[in-house]
Amino acid sequence: MSGSPFGPKDVTGPLPIDEVLPGSSFWALMDRRGILPDWQGAENALPIDLPDATTVLALRWEDGVVIAGDRRATAGTIIAHKRVKKVYAADRFSAVAISGTAGMAIELIKLFQTELEHYEKIEGTRLSLEGKANFLARLVRQNLPLAFQGLVVVPLFCGFDEREQVGRLYSFDVVGGRYDEEDYATTGSGGSEARSFLKATYRPDLDAESAIELAVEALVAAAEEDAATGGPDPRRGIYPNVITVTADGYTEVPDDDLAGVTERVLGGRP
Amino acid sequence: MTMPFYVPPEQLIKDRAEFARKGIARGRPIVAVEYTDGVLLIGENPSYSLHKMSEIYDQVAFAGVGRFNEFETLRVAGIRYADVKGFSYGRRDVTGKGLANAYSQTVGQIFTHEVKPYEIDVLVAEVGDDPDDDHLYHIQYDGTLHDERRFAAIGGKEDELRDKLKESFEPGFGLDAAIGYGAGVVESVEDREIPAVDWEAAVLDRTRGRRKFYRLTVDDLAAARTDG
Repeated sequence: MSGSPFGPKDVTGPLPIDEVLPGSSFWALMDRRGILPDWQGAENALPIDLPDATTVLALRWEDGVVIAGDRRATAGTIIAHKRVKKVYAADRFSAVAISGTAGMAIELIKLFQTELEHYEKIEGTRLSLEGKANFLARLVRQNLPLAFQGLVVVPLFCGFDEREQVGRLYSFDVVGGRYDEEDYATTGSGGSEARSFLKATYRPDLDAESAIELAVEALVAAAEEDAATGGPDPRRGIYPNVITVTADGYTEVPDDDLAGVTERVLGGRP
Repeated sequence: MTMPFYVPPEQLIKDRAEFARKGIARGRPIVAVEYTDGVLLIGENPSYSLHKMSEIYDQVAFAGVGRFNEFETLRVAGIRYADVKGFSYGRRDVTGKGLANAYSQTVGQIFTHEVKPYEIDVLVAEVGDDPDDDHLYHIQYDGTLHDERRFAAIGGKEDELRDKLKESFEPGFGLDAAIGYGAGVVESVEDREIPAVDWEAAVLDRTRGRRKFYRLTVDDLAAARTDG
């Protein structure tokens, strides 16, 4: 980051109230002040081994959506972190999961969360679910130059549409393409394995409990086939991150509940 | 060529202050009351969509009286200040005191430098983990900053309100009691009854999660006033 965090130099006073108004976008505000996170890579830089790889997935159930992710970050063949958090509440009615280069992804999530809250406070209303997804797509698109150097960030987004009263899922690609997903979506190195699993087992009439169980089961299936995805580790107390979103807002499923779910899932597997 | 008359600086400041004070006194007041779980902001505002109170950051709230466009500018500037600071450093680094100081500097500068001073008074409220860490900062039209305790009043017949608040304040109010007390004082000074739909009220509640601010509904207020 460069410049002062409190405003451009040409504005007097600690609160620059007379600056050219960037409206209700935090991203535009940071951009105008020249203090956006600098994501320009060096030209002709060689790809380096940074923590990445993942399985994250989201699926729809009767009253909403559930989104889940494993906890492993790898750098090449090294396990860099065992307890990385890849699933975050974005605001009260949406959640986002990340795959790709961990460091940048975490900053992208923070920027995304701040944008949603900033908009909500200034406008007095939340962005529509589609508006949130579109903004996230823009953040991903902005990262494209670095993606060509191997620093890829691909999120997964889901939430409860307050207007339509329905849960929705969105997946993305590296160039910022945004895709509406019907029943389930996955991404990351173990994503295709999790997708095959869900394809065979998904049904739309899931309740909260069975949706959470199915999500954990799909992560376990992915971890069995993909070295860069970490399975649950009850001995160390490492469980996937799981968030559900319904008409009442988001809920982070506590580790104690996930321990029980994991036990059932692992016990039932051949 | 016309020669401008000499105006002594004392007179200039006095005129500006009088101008601002008149504008603020015309508006409807807001009262802030500390209660066991946090801080209540309450005032008369018949509009549903144009709010005079707002969330600034997790534990910091804003209330403004006077000209809407002027305190709205300050509200938005405050949210920007808080979000940029919280993003650059940490969420804990955004404090009511920092914001109140920034407001005070900016409003003070506008009072002396601009063609027309702002006709506003602003209140910055903050809740801490326990009642001793709660703060109320009152920023006046000329940038004067007051650190208030237990209760505060801005706008309308401010002095009268403050006297009445002082008379009947009791520490350890519950939320309903605080609503009855705050609304009662405003009604007695205005000397008329104000229906539940015409109040705007919000609280910073320390028992809530990260974001402590929420607006009270007409039903909340009606219920609190009939029970209390």
